[in-house]
Amino acid sequence: MKSKFSRRDFLKKSSTGVAAAVVIPQFLGPSVSKVFAAPAAEDMTLNDYYEHFGVNEGLIRQVMSEALSRGGDYSDVYFEHSVTSYVGLEDNAVNRAYSDIDFGVGIRTLKGDQTGYSFTEEITPKAMKLAASTAANIASSGSGAEPVHLKLHKTPNYYPVKQSWEDTSIDQKVPYLQQIDEEALAMDPALIKTRIWYITKYSYILLATSDGRVVYDYRPIGQIYLSTTAEKDGRREQNGYAIGGRVGREYFTTAKKDKLIKTSVRRTMEMFDAVTPEPGEMPVVLAAGSSGILLHEAIGHGMEADFNRKEISIFSDKIGKPVAEDFVTIIDDGTNMNARGALNIDDEANATERTLLVENGILKSYLHDRISADFYGVEPTGSGRRQSFRYPNQPRMRCTYMSNGPHSKDEIIKSVDKGLYAESFTNGQVYIGAGDFTFYVKSGRMIENGKLTAPVKDINIIGNGPEVLRDIQMVADDLELAEGGGNCGKGGQYVPVSLGLPTAKVKKITIGSAG
Amino acid sequence: MNQKERLELAKWAMKFALKSGADQVSVGLFNQREVSIEYRDKRMEELKESTQNSLNADIYADQKYSSHSTNDLRKDSLEKFLSEAIAATKYLAKDEYRVLTDPKYYPGGKRADIQIYDPAYHDVESSTRVKMVEEIESVAMDQSDDIISVSSWYEDTYTQTCMVNSNGFEGQAAGTRFGAGAEVTVRDGDEGRPADYFWASTRYFKDLPSNEDLGKWAVERAVRKIGQKKLDSGKYDMVIENRVGSRFLGLFGYSYTAQAIQQKNSFLDGKLDQKIASELLTVIDDPTMKKGLSSRHYDGDGIAAKKRVVIDKGVLKTYFVDNYYGRKLGWEPNGGQTSNIIFGYGDKSRDEIIKEVERGILVTGFIGGNSNSVTGDFSIGVVGQLIENGKIVHAVNEMNIAGNASEVYNQLVAMGNDPYPYSSTRTPTMWFKDITFSGK
Repeated sequence: MKSKFSRRDFLKKSSTGVAAAVVIPQFLGPSVSKVFAAPAAEDMTLNDYYEHFGVNEGLIRQVMSEALSRGGDYSDVYFEHSVTSYVGLEDNAVNRAYSDIDFGVGIRTLKGDQTGYSFTEEITPKAMKLAASTAANIASSGSGAEPVHLKLHKTPNYYPVKQSWEDTSIDQKVPYLQQIDEEALAMDPALIKTRIWYITKYSYILLATSDGRVVYDYRPIGQIYLSTTAEKDGRREQNGYAIGGRVGREYFTTAKKDKLIKTSVRRTMEMFDAVTPEPGEMPVVLAAGSSGILLHEAIGHGMEADFNRKEISIFSDKIGKPVAEDFVTIIDDGTNMNARGALNIDDEANATERTLLVENGILKSYLHDRISADFYGVEPTGSGRRQSFRYPNQPRMRCTYMSNGPHSKDEIIKSVDKGLYAESFTNGQVYIGAGDFTFYVKSGRMIENGKLTAPVKDINIIGNGPEVLRDIQMVADDLELAEGGGNCGKGGQYVPVSLGLPTAKVKKITIGSAG
Repeated sequence: MNQKERLELAKWAMKFALKSGADQVSVGLFNQREVSIEYRDKRMEELKESTQNSLNADIYADQKYSSHSTNDLRKDSLEKFLSEAIAATKYLAKDEYRVLTDPKYYPGGKRADIQIYDPAYHDVESSTRVKMVEEIESVAMDQSDDIISVSSWYEDTYTQTCMVNSNGFEGQAAGTRFGAGAEVTVRDGDEGRPADYFWASTRYFKDLPSNEDLGKWAVERAVRKIGQKKLDSGKYDMVIENRVGSRFLGLFGYSYTAQAIQQKNSFLDGKLDQKIASELLTVIDDPTMKKGLSSRHYDGDGIAAKKRVVIDKGVLKTYFVDNYYGRKLGWEPNGGQTSNIIFGYGDKSRDEIIKEVERGILVTGFIGGNSNSVTGDFSIGVVGQLIENGKIVHAVNEMNIAGNASEVYNQLVAMGNDPYPYSSTRTPTMWFKDITFSGK
């Protein structure tokens, strides 16, 4: 949702065709035969993970020892095996599938706040030690710390699944997509096209640190995206909706399917009646749910501690200071059950938690990884995340939302003479130093004389983070976490996140309308 | 693995897939070596070095299609991978348009040197890289007292690919890229900490700007944001700096694809050979440009790279037609992916254009924003500089522009003579009349 710097993000050839599909049964990496008979992912033990990656404690400690051989003071090794799958419907047929298998280990050496990083896709002692000696080069003085005995750190499970994606074959996805297509097109005669993607991913993660912690995690993701296009009186409009999270197949019920279809079709048809508000500043009411994108852009990125450690965030000197009305409490949470942004453990083996960014209007805590926690002398918040084994950690958001406030939705709408009700969003961005942030409203409504009136569409909204926080005037008691969630980009790395908000009113934000 | 071994592995995978039930196959192999350095506060912030590989297989079986990739390139793993990919494909619906590209579109034998590979890559030593980031940072730090933080970067990559299609295509390519620059944050009043960056990307090491220039340019961009203000909403002329024009024009990129047309998701549907823009707008896609960041001999379908005129003096001349959607539409394919985009350039410099503007905004950066490919409507945040009577007055931020592509294309009144060299989209400075800006 934010790109800090326009460095190229190298994508494999597969990503031009896109990545990923389904396969029957599951794909596995090296040491295949043994793992094949392995227990269900949730029941796997540390030994199963060692076997899955073909490693053991001794070898991992040798690799870390190499990573510390030039004077580094900490190292970690991050093993990952991910399988991503896309099954797609277009022109009324499930006629395309993509899959991607990704397997490798990332080796990181820290020297203070300096990072050395390398990875290898071959999990052999030779390749790992070579990568470790590359990462070691961040330091340059003699020998460093010795890795200690690894102790398993048990994690909670915030994303239990009943029917895992490994056990779901393509023929179990096809009928669900066909039903969505048929039922969506039957909703309105003006509908002319649907496109649907059924996207799933599962990752096995094994992570060991030179200070003696070893953890493993199994991370599922399931998402369905529906796009609908309609034609009326020679005009065309398109809109869509997505549902999913860290879920298994059981999530995609008939009720979910119905909601997906109804929301996408309603949003598409409403676009034909959309009006264009005047450009400029006006009150904005954010609908409960995915409007949490406001928090993500206006404050979330600015609270990532790497930016504050470098003093380049507009929030750099504001801890402990009032930043909003006292009914405003903003949280970044890794523990929401089955949320897309949930994490059992972060990507440097620290427990995730519910971090208060703002409590009763006071700025409380940044989002820390190991480097920034050391720098500030505080406990890590479990926010160290990476896109894959190809990248070192950064402090990142997980699920960002606001607590319920003292007002009601009705009360809030009634309080607005003329304003905008923002309901669905596609993307946003922030300049973390200047504080300018935007998000793109795909659809919403006008508010006139205290009532929701005509639909609006395709409006970018732009404001300043600290100002908008101060201008949050009312917060309702109807907090919702968005069903879909999104991907957040930073420094070329993308991670899954969730968003949430109760209905909330901001005094004024600039509406980017064509007028 | 060297390039010859990669090609052999691709052919082996192709044969294995054909033997295992595929009717047609396309196999691509990818290898990339990358080194990157981030430098801050007179020391290394992050050092990354690695090599990655992948194999991609497009499977066509019983008129059904799927595409799969893996980074485990051992033959026993690949056998299992390909067998499962073919088995999965058979559960999909038939799609008569899924056929490999007709070989008549494949490139011929003789291929010109497009200069995307710099042999000097192998001579770049790690001490050279470190010296560059040190110098860039140090030059930048010396430029202003308002600086809070400077991060400098260096990066180089060496990419080797090959591709085989079972109906007779074979190709391979090797390319280098070098990048260097800095990001600078400055103080602005009590609260603001505006930042900007300069990042150059080139095919040849020697074509990178000097460390001195990189450091200075990054600071200039950040410092000129000091004192930025939001203006009243209204119509202003818009001058888009050459570096950021590609972000603006790119908002409408999807609408030019055969996929968007076939899916009825493009405002350009039915507009072929019609005037869609000012006569000043000529857009050419040129994959054959020497040293171009997106130069190539063939695309992912194997279609031979050719220069094509997309917009000729305001008239839409072609869409980007790939093999699959071309077949669906009954159109001749010309390549679905864009490459280097060049323009019909004017004769004025950026400063000469600014001098002619009575009241306008020089846009130096975009933030967020999006567009509606079906209607051409767009809305996107901007930062820049206010221009009054031909002079830059002060910095502007937290504003937004909105409109419709069909209208904005016709509001273009001048193209500059200054294509931006460090991007595959070589936009010049562009001047548009009467754009709706939202602000206060």
